[in-house]
Amino acid sequence: MIDKSTWTLHSAVADIPDGATVMIGGFGTAGMPDELIDALIEHGARGLTIVNNNAGNGDTGLAALIANKRVKKVICSFPRQVDSHHFDAAYHAGEIELELVPQGNLAARIQAAGQGLGAIFTPTGYGTELAAGKETRQINGRHYVLEYPIHADFALIKAHHGDRWGNLVYRKTARNFGPLMAMAARTTIAQVAQVVELGALDPEHIITPGIFVQRVVAAGDKA
Amino acid sequence: MSRLTREQIAQRVARDIPEGAYVNLGIGLPTMVANYLPAEKEIFLQSENGLLGMGPAPAAGQEDPDLINAGKQPVTLRTGGAFFHHADSFAMMRGGHLDICVLGAFQVSVHGDLANWSTGAPGAIPAVGGAMDLAIGAKQVFVMMDLLTKQGESKLVAECSYPLTGLRCVSRLYTDHGVIALGPEGARVIELVDGVSLDDLRRLTGLALDMA
Repeated sequence: MIDKSTWTLHSAVADIPDGATVMIGGFGTAGMPDELIDALIEHGARGLTIVNNNAGNGDTGLAALIANKRVKKVICSFPRQVDSHHFDAAYHAGEIELELVPQGNLAARIQAAGQGLGAIFTPTGYGTELAAGKETRQINGRHYVLEYPIHADFALIKAHHGDRWGNLVYRKTARNFGPLMAMAARTTIAQVAQVVELGALDPEHIITPGIFVQRVVAAGDKA
Repeated sequence: MSRLTREQIAQRVARDIPEGAYVNLGIGLPTMVANYLPAEKEIFLQSENGLLGMGPAPAAGQEDPDLINAGKQPVTLRTGGAFFHHADSFAMMRGGHLDICVLGAFQVSVHGDLANWSTGAPGAIPAVGGAMDLAIGAKQVFVMMDLLTKQGESKLVAECSYPLTGLRCVSRLYTDHGVIALGPEGARVIELVDGVSLDDLRRLTGLALDMA
C-alpha cells in the first residue's frame, strides 16, 4: 500500500541539506506553509536558495526563515513590501542575494521546469533592465526574451485537503504557485489541513495529481 | 485651472470600461476604479494572484486570509467567480485574453512606453510583481496618474528617463488634466478637463500636443 501521508512536519523536512534550492508556495501569506517552514528552521538547514513570489511578510513563515539567517538567495518578483523588514535588513546588510523575476516569468519558468522544457521565449520584460544581456528573438513580428526553467530540490507547499496518494485540492487564492511548484521540485512536500480517505476527493476536482507530490503532512486546521 | 481629483480620474476611467470586459486593476490608485463601475454592468475583474470575478472588500469580521487580491487585501468573490493557479493567471495577461488593464505610472512616453516599477534610486530594493506582464499582455493598457509630479514636472514625456516596464504598450492616459491617446503616431489629446486648454497642456508638458 502506498501512503505518502505518514510524514510528520519534522520528518518531512529532515533531509533538506544545506545549500538546497527550496520553492515555497504562497502569495504573501495566502498559501504560505508556515508549519513546514517552522520545522525547516528547527531542522537547521542553511545557505538556502528560496523561490517564492515575495521575500517574507511580517515575522512568520519565509520572513522567519530569513530572520534566522538561513537564506543565501531569494528568487522572487516582489520583495519590497510594507512588512518585509527581515528581508530588507538582510538585503541592506549584504547578507542576501536577490534575483528579481517578473511575476509571470517566475510562474512560467517554474512551470517550464515541471514540464521538462529546456527554455521559454517570453514577451514579458523585453527591452527592460530585467532582460539586460539576455538572448532575444523576434517571432512573428513580436520580441521575446529567452528565459530558463527554475528547478528545485524541494518544494514546500500548502493545500487544503490531500489523500495518501498525494492528490491535492487547494483553498481559494491560496492555490497560487502550489500546483506549479509541485511539478518543478524533485521532492514536493505538501502540508494540508486534513488528510482525507482515498476516493474522498472528487477526481474531477483534483488540482494537483499525486504523481507530483512525494510527502503529505497533516498540519491541522491552521493549514 | 481646475483639475480632476483622483476619485474623478477613477470615475472617468470607469466610464470607458464596457460591459463584458475582462479587466485587471493594478495595485494602488487603479484599485479605486472598481468603486465607480456601475452595478448593472457585468464586468469581470481579474486579480493576478488567481481569481476572476473579484468582488468588493468583505464586511468587517468576514475576512478570509485565503481570499485576497494582488495588494494582499481581503476581498470577496462574486457569484460565478473562479480560482486558478499562477500560470493560468498570467496566461490571461500574456496570452492576450485580458481586455483592459489599468496601471499607475512614474512616467509614460508619447509613444506609450511605460515606467512604473522602479525609480532607479540607488540602494532601493527593486520589486516588479506582475507589472511587466500586465503592461505587454492586456489588449488595452490604460494608465491613470496626475499629469505632473509634486515638483511640477510632466510625467508625460518624449522619452522615459526611469527604467522601463514595457515598450509601446500604453494606449490611453487618464490624467487630472485630460485624456490622451498614445501610440506610434505620438500623443493626441482626446478630452480636456473643463477650464484646461490645449495650450495649457502644451506648456505643462513641453510637448507639441494636438487634439485627436
